[in-house]
Amino acid sequence: MQRHLISAADLTRDDAVLILDTAEEMARVADRPIKKLPTLRGRTVVNLFFEDSTRTRISFEAAEKRLSADVINFTAKGSSVSKGESLKDTAQTLEAMGVDAVVIRHGASGAPYRLATSGWIDAAVINAGDGTHQHPTQALLDAFTMRRRLVGRDAGIGQDLAGKRITIVGDVLHSRVARSNVDLLHTLGAEVTLVAPPTLVPVGVGTWPCEVSYDLDSTLAKSDAVMMLRVQRERMNAAFFPTEREYSRRYGLDGERMAKMPEHAIVMHPGPMVRGMEITAEVADSDRCTVVEQVANGVSIRMAVLYLLLGGNEPAVTHTRTEEK
Amino acid sequence: MDSEHDKQQYAAGARPVLEGPDIARVLTRIAHEIVERAKGADDVVLLGIPTRGVFLARRLADKLAEITGRKIPVGSLDITMYRDDLRMHPPRALARTEIPGDGIDGRLVVLVDDVLFSGRTIRAALDALNDIGRPRAVQLAVLVDRGHRELPIRADYVGKNLPTSLRETVKVQLAEEDGRDTVLLGAKRISPDAQQ
Repeated sequence: MQRHLISAADLTRDDAVLILDTAEEMARVADRPIKKLPTLRGRTVVNLFFEDSTRTRISFEAAEKRLSADVINFTAKGSSVSKGESLKDTAQTLEAMGVDAVVIRHGASGAPYRLATSGWIDAAVINAGDGTHQHPTQALLDAFTMRRRLVGRDAGIGQDLAGKRITIVGDVLHSRVARSNVDLLHTLGAEVTLVAPPTLVPVGVGTWPCEVSYDLDSTLAKSDAVMMLRVQRERMNAAFFPTEREYSRRYGLDGERMAKMPEHAIVMHPGPMVRGMEITAEVADSDRCTVVEQVANGVSIRMAVLYLLLGGNEPAVTHTRTEEK
Repeated sequence: MDSEHDKQQYAAGARPVLEGPDIARVLTRIAHEIVERAKGADDVVLLGIPTRGVFLARRLADKLAEITGRKIPVGSLDITMYRDDLRMHPPRALARTEIPGDGIDGRLVVLVDDVLFSGRTIRAALDALNDIGRPRAVQLAVLVDRGHRELPIRADYVGKNLPTSLRETVKVQLAEEDGRDTVLLGAKRISPDAQQ
């Protein structure tokens, strides 16, 4: 029985829509004076963060606490991991403590998959970002934000993103957000175009279900949403573009470029934003920019995923595709 | 007559105990009872429990509006995440919770459901209400009370008391969802989720 969320590619269209619909109901809890549900009472969730990420960890923690789960936060810094403990030993320690779910962030692509499939631990595994591979809850919250803005909050229930044109701009090579989004948006029926300098396009992108372009200006006019990616300097071990200024001039989003987008089109960013480089302050602070909404939606999406994977005696999300592979 | 449909229902061993006009009459009576007990229904908020409780709540609100000449706030209260059997089944898709704009604080909340059975749904609904606000009082209106309570809960307004055996099933069909109004009493229990 699969009960993990490792990759956005594992989700079927129906699973993805179920998660988005559930998140829509979870979002209503955030409007209440008491933002709490008893759903995961008595369940223990560990946030196992081998890589720093305050934003994602806090979002998961808020989601877990709103569902009344017991939350344990584990950061690799200062833990036994820094003394040389392996992932296997950490997993077995958590297993012995009777953990029901592990939310894992790891610098190595594939670590969550290893944790979920190696038999070290019985808990549900939720990938909160692994290396340059996947970040499925980020893709889900992005899709949720798009559905709300482009289809409508109530009209969107049960709907996917069929026919919507999404442009993802920037450092695709190092971006798990881009990979997860391409997979999920394709499943949901959207047309995705990646725009990046040739040096920041991964090898094998031809097999991805999307278009690739090197010219941002030509794609803007036909985009329903433009998603800017952060340039991940910390993952760059070589020179991928001449200067920040040149990158900004060709691939940065400023007011002038934003004006070329259709009236209804939105600007997205997974955060943290580097203002002035990939996005100007003018764009970041405009009404069309959904960065703050994305953060709020992240909690709703994570509540939905936790409820659907852990709320019952077996998960409501089917995950057939990983097993087929 | 939708005789073909009827035949199928009878073939499955289900017989109607309330038909469309009966349901309308019963709801009119409950509406009058609410007005009488609440002395005018000034602060009444109706909250239906999805799915069919919501339709019943809307119909009751219309009848109350006819009687009192005022619009009665109506909403829905999904209790899925408050169920005590959550861990015994796969998680269900959530239904809509919609609380009328003015909230429920200090109001008389009338919960509306189609069938009252074990009482566990209502217990969950009371928990859910607790997280949403603090009503002045909570009352319960059901179309059918079939007995077999597992908790000390009773309804304030009952459309029809229907003594049943545990091997029987009570199925409420409403025009909004099922195309017609009827309450069917079946010979065999199909699934424990068919009634709550």
